[in-house]
Amino acid sequence: MTRAVIQLQGYPLAETAPESVTGPRGKTLGTLTMESVAVGEVEIEDIRITPQTLARQAEVARAAGREALAENFERAAEMTRLPEAEIMRIYELLRPGRANSGAALSEAAERLETKYAAPRLAAFIRQAAAQYDRRGLYRLRF
Amino acid sequence: MDSNRWNRFDDWDARALRLDRFAAEDPENGFSAFAGKADPKPGLSIANGVVTSMDGVAAADFDMIDAFIAAHHIDPAIAEEAMAIPSTDLARMLVDINVPRTDLTRLARGLTPAKMAEVVAGLNAMEIAFSYSKMRARRTPGNQAHVTNAKDDPLQLAADAAVAVALGFDEIETTMRVARNSWSNALACCVGAAVGKPGTLFQCSSEEAEELEIGMAGFTSYAETVSVYGTESAFIDGDDTPWSKAWLAAAYASRGIKMRCTSGAASELLMGFHEAKSLLYLEARCLCLQRGMGAQGTQNGGIDGAPLASSVPGGVREIMAENLIAVWLDLECASGNDARHSESDMRVGAKILPYLIGGSDLICSGFGSILKYDNSFNPSSFNGEELEEYLVLQRDFEADGGLTAVEDSAALEIRRRAIDALAHVLKDLGLAEPTEDMKRSVAVASGSRDTRSFSPGEVAVISGKIKGKGLTIVDVIRSLHRGGFRAEAENLLFLVKLRVSGDYLQTSAVVRDGKVLSAVNDPNDYTGPGTGYRLTEARRKELAAIRDVLTREEVLRAEAAMEEGETRAIRYNDMGPAEAGTDPGEVVVGFSPGFGTRIFRTLAGHPLSAVLRAIGEGVARGGGRMRVVRLRHTADTSFLGLSAARLSGSGIGIGLQSKGTAVIHRMDRLPHNNLELFSNAPITTLGHYEAMGFNAATYARGGFPEPVVVPTNGEALGARFHARVALTYAIETAMTENGVSPEEVRIEFMDKQT
Repeated sequence: MTRAVIQLQGYPLAETAPESVTGPRGKTLGTLTMESVAVGEVEIEDIRITPQTLARQAEVARAAGREALAENFERAAEMTRLPEAEIMRIYELLRPGRANSGAALSEAAERLETKYAAPRLAAFIRQAAAQYDRRGLYRLRF
Repeated sequence: MDSNRWNRFDDWDARALRLDRFAAEDPENGFSAFAGKADPKPGLSIANGVVTSMDGVAAADFDMIDAFIAAHHIDPAIAEEAMAIPSTDLARMLVDINVPRTDLTRLARGLTPAKMAEVVAGLNAMEIAFSYSKMRARRTPGNQAHVTNAKDDPLQLAADAAVAVALGFDEIETTMRVARNSWSNALACCVGAAVGKPGTLFQCSSEEAEELEIGMAGFTSYAETVSVYGTESAFIDGDDTPWSKAWLAAAYASRGIKMRCTSGAASELLMGFHEAKSLLYLEARCLCLQRGMGAQGTQNGGIDGAPLASSVPGGVREIMAENLIAVWLDLECASGNDARHSESDMRVGAKILPYLIGGSDLICSGFGSILKYDNSFNPSSFNGEELEEYLVLQRDFEADGGLTAVEDSAALEIRRRAIDALAHVLKDLGLAEPTEDMKRSVAVASGSRDTRSFSPGEVAVISGKIKGKGLTIVDVIRSLHRGGFRAEAENLLFLVKLRVSGDYLQTSAVVRDGKVLSAVNDPNDYTGPGTGYRLTEARRKELAAIRDVLTREEVLRAEAAMEEGETRAIRYNDMGPAEAGTDPGEVVVGFSPGFGTRIFRTLAGHPLSAVLRAIGEGVARGGGRMRVVRLRHTADTSFLGLSAARLSGSGIGIGLQSKGTAVIHRMDRLPHNNLELFSNAPITTLGHYEAMGFNAATYARGGFPEPVVVPTNGEALGARFHARVALTYAIETAMTENGVSPEEVRIEFMDKQT
């Protein structure tokens, strides 16, 4: 069997191999029960996707011929390491006219690389910065 | 009154259609579905794996959209092969059952927006519909509901969400009248959607940042309002760029939340930045961009621009064509059919048909499961009012539109459960104190105008508390569990656990029977008749099971209920074989085999005793005498009439079926060439029967009466009555016997007032 077929046969992960799927604090799907939620053993932090699982979903997407979707999952895998506020801060910075030069975006890319080990996201921000510069988006809007 | 205008135009002016405002084609000003003044010719050049020009624009002149498409959508490994195929060949491949879908989705990765637009523009509406059905990503069709109300009342949201789940919607979308009510709406809908079964996905359409926050708190399971536009200026006006939107796409995935983008024809035109390009070309750009961003899917097909797109010639074909591009790009397609594009029910019905019979990942995005005035997105193509019409269309075409009828009593039970569950959570988490009166009024209310519940201002307080206390879905699950709403707690937990495995992040994912169904494990494998999605017998029966269906037993039961009254009103005394009459003043009424024995009222509801009495009175007024015979060799009106005429001393007879259809006949005429026919039994009054008797007596005297005309108002009587007619008539035809002679019947009316 090709690697692609194996990837596709393992999908859905939760149905074919639930024991292989864990939350960020190591709890497997099987342990995320009503009882454990009720007694406070499970919190919202346990019910999140991990970079490993996103990487596996990226492989599934790639095996199904969906390269762009796979790349999005790989960016997302890096983004799991970003706190919500940081995600929102960079999102805001990417909106038109929020940055008044390429410097703020460069600085964000730098931080993504060094602080969050997110090279894909950093490259993505640098690509945006180059296009914003070329298309004159560093302008006051409000 | 004199007029210098054909009055028919006044009739046409009064129709709902004329409320629609149509626009002239004007390619220079963006009013063109397929051929904008500035639409480019397809083209692509690549050097060293980098796009150097695309659709007539050199890389140095790319706007942000071109640049993003060139970098993230165009696959240089496929582009040369794909772009070299003539557009007409690609168009033929799209409708060819021998070309697999996956061959075409592979080629799409190497095609430019202008090329894709040129290809689909070469298909007529039927070819687009067929190709869409072949190319859509997931095999099993689905549907999405809007659940909103004019008060943002959480109790009603919960009840309506639960009903939407019961109807079979795969996804539920809400939004608010007052922006800050978003947290309350999210809580209410997610609790309501947990009633009955797990896995209905839910989204709360709000401001980009807030929507993501609500998602991160676990209340929602998908998002679809990540809008993109086909011109750079419109994009900037929308306060985003391709990169900021792609950032959001990754952000949702990073939190295990399903996400699709949104784009639809004419949004650029509405925003004033069309660049003299056609609706279709701009949409092709939007869609290539969405694939490049790595979105698994799109909400596409006019969407909010559908009414404007539909105002130009070919606008609806264009909406279908852009949907085809979406699925050709291997994107999940929530195919619009939401913002109502016309005031004409007929235009709406026509537009839904290709999607209903061809299927779509989500046929509507969404279907207004609530009444029109409660739809905070504006009315949909189909709404609470028209929901049963949609169910009947499914049944008519044996087409799975994703919905299943809900029974009366089950609906109320579901609503009460959802209201109780939410009321408990609101109290338990210290958010609000719903009263019994509020709950009762919401349970039975069709819409928010009939409720005594929370006002939008009170909801704002609830919403602020949810946000302020930092509540998450885990708090809600625990609260439901504490309150004994264990099934609902489990269902919500199931839903939120979907984000841990991320299986539903794959293309076209929905949840059916507790399992994720997507384009990965349920791919559309259509390759001609017998392949692709087919109804199972069980599903076919579900589609057939609409409310209030007539059966033979029911018709007989209704007649039996009438029988008692008739036994008190009339007595039919059988007097033996009927002889030919000699009285030149007589009119013979010959009635059908089941008359007064199995059937007791006409389709108009008149007791048969009253009909006979009316005819008799008319005959007497005309100076004649009525004689009555039962005919058992036929149940056909013409032959009843002719047989009666041949027994009549005057040569004039009346044939009368139990269902009320009647004819005046004369002995020397051919069976179907009668004197007067009363074919519209449902609108034939006792007055008409009396006049029939009078006319028959007048013919008997050799006179020429004015024929009785039963006026109609254009009612679709066939639709209203033919099921009952067919059942009733079959009862009578089964009673006929060859060669049985007519029987003389002496009628006794038992009381004056029948």
